[in-house]
Amino acid sequence: MISEKTITDFIYREAELLDTMQWQGWLDLFHPEGRYWMPLEWQQQDPVLQPSLMYEDLLLLKVRVERLAGERTFSQKPKSRCHHLLQAPQIVACDATAGVFKARTSYIYTETRGDALERYSGWVSHDLVQVGDDLKIKLKRVDLVNFDAPFGNIQLFM
Amino acid sequence: MAKYRRNAHAVAALVREAEVHRDVYVDPEIFELEMEHLFPNSWIYVGHASQLSKPGDFITANIGRQPVLASRHSDGSIHVFYNRCPHKGVKIASEPCGNTGKFFRCPYHAWSFKTDGSLLAIPLKKGYEGTGFGDTQANEGLSKVRNVVVYRDFIFARLNDSGLSFKDYFGESLSTIDNMVDRSPDGKLAVMATPIRYMHTCNWKMLVENQTDTCHPMVAHESSAGTAVKVWKREQGEATEAPMAVQLYAPFMSPYEFYEQSGIRIWPNGHGHTGVNNSIHSNYAGIPGYLDQMVAAYGEKRALEILGEVRHNTVYFPNIMVKGAVQILRNFIPIAVDRTLVESWVYRLVGAPDKLYERALMYNRFINAPTSIVGHDDLEMYERAQEGLTTNGNQWVNLQRLYEAGEQPDATAVINGTSERQMRNQFHAWVKFMTMDMDQHVEAAE
Ligand code: FES
Ligand SMILES: [Fe+2]
Repeated sequence: MISEKTITDFIYREAELLDTMQWQGWLDLFHPEGRYWMPLEWQQQDPVLQPSLMYEDLLLLKVRVERLAGERTFSQKPKSRCHHLLQAPQIVACDATAGVFKARTSYIYTETRGDALERYSGWVSHDLVQVGDDLKIKLKRVDLVNFDAPFGNIQLFM
Repeated sequence: MAKYRRNAHAVAALVREAEVHRDVYVDPEIFELEMEHLFPNSWIYVGHASQLSKPGDFITANIGRQPVLASRHSDGSIHVFYNRCPHKGVKIASEPCGNTGKFFRCPYHAWSFKTDGSLLAIPLKKGYEGTGFGDTQANEGLSKVRNVVVYRDFIFARLNDSGLSFKDYFGESLSTIDNMVDRSPDGKLAVMATPIRYMHTCNWKMLVENQTDTCHPMVAHESSAGTAVKVWKREQGEATEAPMAVQLYAPFMSPYEFYEQSGIRIWPNGHGHTGVNNSIHSNYAGIPGYLDQMVAAYGEKRALEILGEVRHNTVYFPNIMVKGAVQILRNFIPIAVDRTLVESWVYRLVGAPDKLYERALMYNRFINAPTSIVGHDDLEMYERAQEGLTTNGNQWVNLQRLYEAGEQPDATAVINGTSERQMRNQFHAWVKFMTMDMDQHVEAAE
């Protein structure tokens, strides 16, 4: 039985997998049809016909993860690390009969590489589905508070 | 001590036939001189007329480092101004775009200006009577950039009063913009959204040179495009048709021979493009319905001619790159000697299927975003170059690939696609537009 705590635990677990660079474990959290979306507009509705920073399916996320470990991935020499600081997720929907599980979580994200450290903040919205006993990510939407600012490289995942 | 100021000789000596001195990338004085000479002497992209569709619409931009403001006047004309109030210098507009209504109103003391820049009203006007205000520059309103050309909706401006005319400056290179616009069945492009912005900690010229650097994709992008191809083959097998995403990534891994035969075309004044015979954009899947629309609009012969021209990257010297086949313009905006803001715009082909716009947006976020793995590869190289160039063992950058003794400057030619001649072409133009008004400045200073 999926409870609100199951959703919250899932979100904390996801952040832990990213912070500990367990990339395969993180990919396993996605539904085969899952998407990772970073909009480029305020309250953006359309990921495809409006510009986005990222809108990627599992294939593209696998490419990213595999690239991070690549022998000739020079932008990962030295490697990046990340840190997620999450506010308690706000449960938006937890309806087992309808199969709808949604949460919105305020975050501060830190990405560091070499001597450089960058900090970002925003909200992440999880749209989850139940598969067997587990939850899987249907859509992870990352809204940066300053989506319209010019950033340098963002190489890991918020 | 100024090493290069008022010294056209010293500036010209930084560029040899096939080498350039590292100071062009790392010396803050050279950067200052680029802002004072090179950018004001050149025709610089300001924006697109579709961003100014109604009277009162405005956009803000930078020419070099100078903030400007472009507006659509009530009579339909487009004007470009320096973005400062004639009173005390406050910027008139601070947003990237908007509509100001019938007039601009300065937020500090409420001087107001018509959308053609002329002074409309000053509060307590009586206080200026008998002061000689009528003879001041302030009385003329917003200072105008006088040399403005709107070419097929692309707004360009040259800050300096004298210099090459728009036609002489761009010449035949405008054919890439023509091709991009002609790809719309309605012959019209539209800016629908904000650009993707990406901050680069490197000199702006490294980005411009990289646009025609065809010997780097298969090396530097092995990590991104190469991995994309590898994962795709493993996960889906080669039998199925590659999805749009893989179609966009895969051509980056094309071998040297591909780029060699696809060719580079150079034009005078530092313009040039890769992908003369074919390009990495040639083999994308057809978009249902599009060809029919084009044939209906242009006739079959002309439609095929337009779509058969699949240029890769066209550099418009000094600091934009246009991709006609994917409807993208990248603007390399200089911030400091080691800092460049890249704004990558996508144009919608008016009247064409949504799928084409979807593909252009996808390409833009795959290649030109701070979250783009291809972008990560490139920026890493620029940053390493910016640091590496501070070393003193060798102070020259080598641009010798396929150099031939006695190369004509300002030539129009089609050459081997792995040549570094377009980079040499850019540096020839760089010296020209850096030094063309240096002597006048010398006279003025003496
Ligand atoms: S500064 Fe603009 S009105 Fe005074
Ligand atoms: Fe590149």
